[in-house]
Amino acid sequence: MPEVIIPSTSSELTGRALFPHRHLLSIADLKPWEIRFLLDEAEQWAKVNRGNARKHDGRLAGMTQINAFFENSTRTLLSFEIAGKRLGADVVNMHAGQSSVKKGETLIDTAMTLNAMAADVIVIRHASSGAVALIADMVDCAVLNAGDGWHQHPTQALLDALTIRRRKGGFEGLIVAICGDILHSRVARSNMLSLSALGAQVRAVAPPTLMPPEVGMLGATPCYRMDEGLDGADVVMMLRLQNERMDGAFIPSPREYHMLYGLTPERLAIARPDALVMHPGPMNRGVEISSNVADDPDRSAITEQVEMGVAVRMACLDVLTRGARGMEGWS
Amino acid sequence: MNLVADNTDRMSMSRLAIVNGKLADPAGASLASGTVLIEDDRIVATGDVVVPQDAKTVDAGGLVVAPGLVDLGVFATDKPAFHFGGITRAALMPDQSSPLDDVGLIRQATREGKPDFWVHPIAAATRGLKGTELAEIGMMQAAGAKAVGTGRQWIADSGVMLRVLAYASGLGLTVISHAEDSGLTGKAVATSGETATRLGLPHAPACAEAMAIARDIMLARETGAAVHFRLVTTKAGFDVIRSAKAEGLRVTCGISPAYLFLNDQAVTDFRTFARLSPPLRFEDDRKAALEAVRDGTVDVITSSHDPRGPEDKRLPFADASPGMAGAETLLALSLNLVRDGLVSINRLVTLLSANPARILGVDAGSFTAGSAADLIFVDPDAPWIVDSGKMAAQAGNTPFDRVPVQGRVRRIMKGGVFL
Repeated sequence: MPEVIIPSTSSELTGRALFPHRHLLSIADLKPWEIRFLLDEAEQWAKVNRGNARKHDGRLAGMTQINAFFENSTRTLLSFEIAGKRLGADVVNMHAGQSSVKKGETLIDTAMTLNAMAADVIVIRHASSGAVALIADMVDCAVLNAGDGWHQHPTQALLDALTIRRRKGGFEGLIVAICGDILHSRVARSNMLSLSALGAQVRAVAPPTLMPPEVGMLGATPCYRMDEGLDGADVVMMLRLQNERMDGAFIPSPREYHMLYGLTPERLAIARPDALVMHPGPMNRGVEISSNVADDPDRSAITEQVEMGVAVRMACLDVLTRGARGMEGWS
Repeated sequence: MNLVADNTDRMSMSRLAIVNGKLADPAGASLASGTVLIEDDRIVATGDVVVPQDAKTVDAGGLVVAPGLVDLGVFATDKPAFHFGGITRAALMPDQSSPLDDVGLIRQATREGKPDFWVHPIAAATRGLKGTELAEIGMMQAAGAKAVGTGRQWIADSGVMLRVLAYASGLGLTVISHAEDSGLTGKAVATSGETATRLGLPHAPACAEAMAIARDIMLARETGAAVHFRLVTTKAGFDVIRSAKAEGLRVTCGISPAYLFLNDQAVTDFRTFARLSPPLRFEDDRKAALEAVRDGTVDVITSSHDPRGPEDKRLPFADASPGMAGAETLLALSLNLVRDGLVSINRLVTLLSANPARILGVDAGSFTAGSAADLIFVDPDAPWIVDSGKMAAQAGNTPFDRVPVQGRVRRIMKGGVFL
């Protein structure tokens, strides 16, 4: 292993050295202090977003942000669109449904087309793992991964980390239980990497059919029983269970899943009394989470996650375009 | 020498003596100086041969002279790549745009390489390779098919596989099976493990292979059929094969160099050139594969040549087609096994030429009198660097891009004629 000098605080670095990446593709590419830097930046935007009635900041004025969504999304797309607009960028959205992708154009051709339109930042979601990195290799501008297959969803992990940090003050010694369909979840993969890198103790809680092999290498300890996973947890992060996985393929039925792995008030009582409940949405109420838990304002951070999503995406858009904007030290 | 042959025959017969070569006779123990005597398109004698006066002499210049490679299991007839790699015959997999399940398609496939390359088509075992109804195996054999194959996939229905084996056995054909339990593999594109988890790729446990092999071996025992597992890639798979061989069953197996020199970490960064079927395995399996070559469990090394252009490979990993362009690198990569002391060069030629020819039932791949005069002159130490951008193949999809290798084919002879 080469020796890595870890700066104690991000303030020891300046400019490009704070975040020496052209794209944001995977949490795996980031050092812990780079994650902290993005969280610090996002914290500023969270304040701005809360504080001012007029939230417009013109720093991305004249820049073009393309949100290329090859997979359906409502909230992530909206979040990126609002983030871009608040920074003054010209935001355009491309949905797979209305694009030439349906006409048989290859992903590479689509990437070349987007590139030729001289975008300054492209936000991409795609149903295949690795697809966003493939496009990133083909284009001249910054690329932000908004979710690729089962692989990564880095801004979701950042907004989750920011939400946790705001509520809990930090990560050291924190027990975070990520519960549900870990196998098919890019949210879980990104979160396991980021939260363990930040110092939390991460548990992956899932039935064996929905647990990826060797999950430990992503920084999480596997738990196959909900009660065991929730015991003493400071944060309970629930994952969405896709409909197509409920009908016997991976679990016998939604109601059995709810019985064994659903987050109910009784089950939440196993976690710490001040345990935070999170969910990346959209929720299947009555399946992975019961409504009275999701709607409990004292416990649920679900709306705050959405709020932090905008702040985190503003921070990422800002940081990734600093070089192109000619900011000093960021070329 | 038969001196009573009549004059017209004598006049038309062309004799050729290849001298000054180091002969890599599959039946031998080590390289031996000697002569290869050829009459028309057949080898008539090798070794310490008195060269007839009317024979034309060709000086091999001290190069290794070996039988041309017989590649058991390619997906395309790609002559420039085969010629570069010293491959003179290939068994074409039935997985074509129209599966080779019909007499006409088989006949057409046999003609594709001629006159300077021979294609031995593998007949689809079932109609459309669907794994349900028997294809016209006997008619396809009459049209030139040299084996029966399940294609890229396993025949999941054990009853169908039993009948395929029994029927093919009656015709004297070997069944070439793809050993991955399809119920386990599903849409998997990687082996279950760290790499698949990190990359978020659909995956299947490696035991899918040994399970499939075990079933097919039980059916082979039941029917007495000859079965060849085209690619065996796991430790557990080799263990099952080893015990079947010890029992005396007619079981053979093959492997491609990718599984000997790469493990599943090669797909890191979603490298689609390393997307293979079966998928790359763990390091322990790779080591077990090398051991299986060393101890004789492996019978065949094949290129699995499957040239795929950007339209099939410049895609997200799971959407990309499996397969690699392997023909050009087959010999050079395999020579590593000789350099590493795992096998002799004679044994390597057995794996690359003699055994595949025997499984296909063709008189080639050896120096035995009567064998086809398909020869290659090899400089086994010539260094070169694999370059996916400059390959002779239809496409340069090799996971060995930029890898330095040794071993080049300098001349190639097909049926007594130099190309």
